[in-house]
Amino acid sequence: MKTIQLNGQPYEVEKHIDTIGDLLEHFHLGERIVIVEHNRRVLSKEDHKATPLRAGDVVEIVHFVGGG
Amino acid sequence: MLKIGRYQFQSRLFLGTGKFSSLEVQREAVEASEADVLTFAIRRLDVFNPDQPNFLEKLDLKRFTLLPNTAGATTAEEAVRIARLAKASNLCDMIKVEVIADPKTLLPDPIATLEATRILVEEGFTVLPYTSDDPVIARKLWEAGAHAIMPGGAPIGSGQGLLNPMYLRYIIEESPVPVIIDAGIGSPADVVQAMELGADGVLLNTAVSQADDPVKMAEAMKWAVKAGRLGFEAGRIPKRTTASASSPQTGLVK
Repeated sequence: MKTIQLNGQPYEVEKHIDTIGDLLEHFHLGERIVIVEHNRRVLSKEDHKATPLRAGDVVEIVHFVGGG
Repeated sequence: MLKIGRYQFQSRLFLGTGKFSSLEVQREAVEASEADVLTFAIRRLDVFNPDQPNFLEKLDLKRFTLLPNTAGATTAEEAVRIARLAKASNLCDMIKVEVIADPKTLLPDPIATLEATRILVEEGFTVLPYTSDDPVIARKLWEAGAHAIMPGGAPIGSGQGLLNPMYLRYIIEESPVPVIIDAGIGSPADVVQAMELGADGVLLNTAVSQADDPVKMAEAMKWAVKAGRLGFEAGRIPKRTTASASSPQTGLVK
């Protein structure tokens, strides 16, 4: 296991979750409209699979909600 | 036809998507409003409950232009960060810059709004800053390259209508970019007033989503925008202090 910071909370991920793409699949978010920020860098969708996930990384997964 | 940056819209009504009682009511209200532009906020996803219903994912995204906001930001830096997140969705490059300075009045921070506007214009966004009714700040925003100016009629969600129509008129008369009256609208009458002042459009949310019948109110707002715009284009009569008979004063039957 390795610990990352996910949406402001510590989260334990399995070692085989190697990339941001894997993390999204883990939460069944692969086909959803979500945006990911990795260590303060906003990722484009194409970057998800190629972005490695390491212990201590800070990840934000955000989406569109109702608002004015 | 309303043009903002590289976008063109049929409808001059922009609708917010917050505080609806259900997704079904919201869908019907959006339909009834005939709005082309819908606003959204960006928030953390609850990754442990990812299947909660999401309005945007049910929308026909070919029909609507998304206008995400930077609500929640209290600094220019936060606003820029949220704008970049929104753009990374590849769904839109329009952004409503909203940097709130005060939790009680929800009035915008003019300096941070201007700073964020400058950065986002530079980065190629289509930028629509939410601002107060101050004509001087409005001028600085379009000078900084904002593609439209969105002055509030009254504090967000207050339903107070247009508190300072005179200042809004100054902004409208001077601005080379479209002016969208955003926030504070309570009723169709407020919308008509804004449009008759010469506003290019209105953005409203609570006035519809919290109405007793949001779907009917959405339709009322649609007609109010059209009526107000037509009235503005038609040119109203001057107000007089004396009566002026509408019927002929000759050939009276006595």
